[in-house]
Order: sequence, then structure tokens, then C-alpha cells
Amino acid sequence: MRAWHFSENAYHLLPDAKEYDSIRVTLPNRYYDPKIGADLYHRFIDEWLIAEELGLDIMVNEHHQTATNLNPGGPIVMGILARETKTARLLILGNPIANRREPVRVAEEMAMVDVYSRGRLEVGFVRGVPYEMSAGNHRPTRMMERFWEAYDLILKAWTSHDGPFNWEGKYFHHRQVNIWPRPYQEPHPPVWITALSPGSAQAVGERGTIVACFLTGFDGSKQVFDAYRTRRAELGLPPAGLDRFAYAALVYTGETDEEGYAGARKLMWYVEANKVPFQFTSPPGYHPPQAMAGAMKGPASGVFKMFQNPQLESFMEHGLVFAGNPDSVYRQIIKFYEHVGGFGHILLMGQAGFLDHQETVKGMKLFAREVYPRLKELHPAVAA
Amino acid sequence: MSPPIQSRRLTLHDVQLDVYEQGQGRPIFVLHGEDGPYPQAPFSALLANQGRVILPTHPGFGHAPDMADIDTVDDLAYLYLDLLDEYDLRDAVVIGCSLGGWIAAEMAVKSTARLSRLVLVAPLGIKVGDRETRDIPDIFALPPEEVARLQYHDPAQAALDYTGLSDDELLVIARNREATALYAWEPYFHNPKLRQRLHRIAIPTLLIWGASDRFVTPGYYGAAYRDAIPGAQLAVIDRAGHWPHVEQPEVFVERVGAFLAST
Repeated sequence: MRAWHFSENAYHLLPDAKEYDSIRVTLPNRYYDPKIGADLYHRFIDEWLIAEELGLDIMVNEHHQTATNLNPGGPIVMGILARETKTARLLILGNPIANRREPVRVAEEMAMVDVYSRGRLEVGFVRGVPYEMSAGNHRPTRMMERFWEAYDLILKAWTSHDGPFNWEGKYFHHRQVNIWPRPYQEPHPPVWITALSPGSAQAVGERGTIVACFLTGFDGSKQVFDAYRTRRAELGLPPAGLDRFAYAALVYTGETDEEGYAGARKLMWYVEANKVPFQFTSPPGYHPPQAMAGAMKGPASGVFKMFQNPQLESFMEHGLVFAGNPDSVYRQIIKFYEHVGGFGHILLMGQAGFLDHQETVKGMKLFAREVYPRLKELHPAVAA
Repeated sequence: MSPPIQSRRLTLHDVQLDVYEQGQGRPIFVLHGEDGPYPQAPFSALLANQGRVILPTHPGFGHAPDMADIDTVDDLAYLYLDLLDEYDLRDAVVIGCSLGGWIAAEMAVKSTARLSRLVLVAPLGIKVGDRETRDIPDIFALPPEEVARLQYHDPAQAALDYTGLSDDELLVIARNREATALYAWEPYFHNPKLRQRLHRIAIPTLLIWGASDRFVTPGYYGAAYRDAIPGAQLAVIDRAGHWPHVEQPEVFVERVGAFLAST
């Protein structure tokens, strides 16, 4: 198994949540102090570099108009990391390609980072969270149609080497696509796609890219991975190796269980601070109408209810948080691993909110030294 | 007694379309707004006493199927011009409300060959102010209660309390919201070219507006629409918001009847 250190690069120094309606889309940026922001940016880059020293790989993501994440241009920080690191694999998960108006530009940016890093880039594509529809004025209907057209266009741009090709699709129009540079890796960097539901996992399974789920817990993740595997079997495609499956959780490893839980409680800021009103969580067309009709009936159920009143105990019970001493973290991950039928990548959200630099690094170190070596052995044993 | 309502699904150049009909006589073609088609609504029955009401459901609204190739108001305008041809209607009256008013205006700038009168009820569809003026409040970024406050004289009419609604009724609300976003997300509830084309409408046109419409006001948005259509009149109905046909159905149908009776 590979482990990737991931940080949302949040700006956590906010007024009392009673003072604003939404941490996303509408929170005025007068609450952001760029001098503090600069210190935070450099601190988070330092933490990624420490991750590399510890033998972890690096994951970056992208969000817009939100204090929960200050990376509105994921490819920009990827460019910095490509230059500052030497050995780590670099994953951007990901590029919100249903929302990028120029997929060819995404193909170019990713090819640049792949060349800078001499072939260490892994390219994720994501749909983009519902809050970003208003933030970017992206139409929330028929998004996946746009997503897959952008995906096809980017892959063709990466793999065409004999001069321009034409693209007059439903959403994107080009008559001369011929990117410079082309990717360093052949035929192109590994591709990751996020899926949070069985329906979207099927479409990813058909294409055979790595599928990643975020905070989907035991059952949600199993449904996604099963749907991926089942779809491939239905189509008579070769079964997917464990390296095709990734899971992202909040992870904090302490010397003791108590220290691990204390760190994890600070990571929980990420879910606690996510104050977002209905109109931004549920833009029309983003969720299927059946799901919207269900949501109108009243309080959410299951895992979603948990997000309304986040508690460490229930997040741990459902497999959204792995925390404790190294043995506990290892056991929790193994239990999850066995439940979902195995996976090859763990995405460690190891920094959020008020978890300071020392605490962040301590959690990363304990994971890298005490937990990761045992997980690395896991993959071949199970695959055999 | 209201005449019976009939419904059918027809296929028009590969597009499946649901159409309600009620009443007989002069064709009155009604284009619904963001709230979907309500053939049982009081205004609809009152209109059916004056003629043959033809009420199509825009693809994606209500229970009407989504159509892959129909995703703009321009598509809907052509679809309904095709429907007028299919029914071979002459001297049709077109009444469009809000989003439906935008569709009706787009039809009329393309062709009025089969139309005799146009009634636009708080129509959307044009850009009035400069690029930094949000002519139409962003319903996709406002709490539902605030949208109701802007759109209703009496916001209690907005029925935001979903308890007691069936799963099917909730599904229809969700589908209506989704279809609205499909047609109106960007450019937001307008076609940047429509205002400069409205001069082409050469049939008598009545604009009806609720005096309490704070979503698009009669004094700003309504006046801009009136000024762009040659000879158009603007009638304002008291104690009504953005949906005057819902909040004041009798007055609304009286105004329409008087307009249709005039020369």
C-alpha cells in the first residue's frame, strides 16, 4: 500500500461561526489576512517536503471561494512541489474538469508538472463539490457529460504526437489541439478519478483508472469499490489490481491512543467548520432528483446525519477517522481494508484547522515510522 | 363547471413532449414558469372558459422526460413553433409566465406567423442593467425563504413546507428545480441578444406584472420589456408578486380576456 500526505491548506483563523452564514462561496475575504496566509502556505509546503523525507507520497487538491481550502489553483502548488521535491510521487486530486472551461489548458498544465518532476505526477480528475457551482458559475446539470468529454479531450491531447487534431464536441471546441510540452510519462501520467457513489464508480471502472473515495466510510467505500469491480466483470475487462483503489480518511497517529484522539479531534475541524446553507450544498441538478426529494422530507440519515453533528467516536466507528497509537491505527486500517475488499492507496488527511506544525509533523512521523512499514507489506501479501 | 383536462405525450421530431389541453375554441398556448405546469390551477380553468388551453410541459419539468438535445430556451422556442405547426394552429394566443415568458418572447422574435396575441407575465430573458447590475436575484445562491419573499405578495403562498407532500410531489419539485437550472443557469435567465430582437414582435403584446414583484420589478424590468416591444402595454395587478396568475387568478384572467377582446 502507498500512503499519501494530504492537507487542505485551510485558513482557520475565522470569526465565530455565528457571525457568518457560510464558510464557502459568500464568506467575505476581508477575514483573510494575506500575511498570515503567506506563512500558512509556506508551512504547508514545508509539511509536504517533510512527508517526502519520511517516505510518504504527496497529495494536493483544489477548492474555490472557501476558507476550508486555499488552493484555488492546484496546478500552481504542484509546480512548486515538482521543483522542491526529488523522489515523492505527486498526486493532484484533483482537477475539477467538469468546471474547467478549457480542458486543453488542464492537459498543458499537467504535462508541464509531469516534465518538471521528471515523471512523478499522478493526475486526478474530480467533479467538483456542490458548493463550487455558485463559486464558479458552473451549471450543475449534466455535469458528468461535461466531465467525460473533458476527460476524453485531455487524454487525447496527452497522447497525440503527430500534430493538431480537431475537437468539436458538445461542450468543447478546438480546431488545432497540439500541446507543448507533452507528458514525461508514457503514454501519460497515471489517472485517478473520485467516486462517491456506485453509479459514478461504474463509469470509472469501465475506464480502469484509479478510483478514490473520500470519507465514505466502511459501507459507502465498499459499495464504490464493488461497483467498480462488478462493472469490469460485466464488461469482460481484466480484474482490477489493488493499486486501482484509494481511500481518504482523517488520520492521526500518536504515541498513545489519547494523543492520537486529541490530534484527530483537531482534524475534525474540517467537518465541524463546514457551515454551508442548503442552497450551496444542494444546487439543482448536482444530486439526482430522487435524492433531492428524499432530502426535502427531513433530516438526513446515515452517514450524512453524522456530518451534521460530527463526533470523533462515530467518525472512528464508521471508518472516516483512523486515530490512536500506531497499533490502533494499523488495526483500524486493516479492519477497513478487509471490509472493502482491499485497496492500494491511503490518502492521509493529516492537517486541518488548529493542528499546528509540530503536532502535524509528529502525527506524520509516527505514521510513517510505526504504521506505514506494516501497511507496505500488505499489498503483496493480499495480492498473492 | 370547468371543461375536462386531457393529457397526452407526443413525439415531435424525435422529442417527446407532454401536453395538457382544456376547453375549446380560440387556441391559448400557455408556457409555464420555473414552478412547472399546473393544469389544475384556478387560472388555467378560468382561461379554458375562454378558449382551448394548450399547456406543454417543458422537457425535464414535472414528469416530462429529459431530452438530451434540448438544453436551451432557444431549443424550447423552436420546439413550440414546431408544436404550433403540428397542431396547425392559427391566430394563437401565447401566454408565458416568467421562464415561460422568456420562451414566448424567443418564439415571437423568430416567427409570429401563427400568433395573434402575446401575453408575457413577468417575463425573464433580457439583460437590462450593466455587467455589475444583477437584474435578477440569484435564486441559486439565496435561501428558499428569501426567494419566496421576493416572488410573492403573500410569501405564505410559496408552500415551502414539504411535510405532507407525497414522494412524487417532492420528486416533481426537485425535477422542476433541476430543469430550471438546465435552461437558465448561464447566461442567468436571459439571452444577451434577446432585447435587441424584441422590436421584431409585430403583434399586440400585453405585459402583466404583479405590483409586489420584488424579483423583477414592473418599474425596472417590466418597463424595459415594454419599451423594447413596439406598442406593448404594461398592466400591473395589485396584491400579487411574481406569479400574478397564481395570487390573483380572477383579476389575471379578466385582464387577459379584456386584452383578447380588444382590437
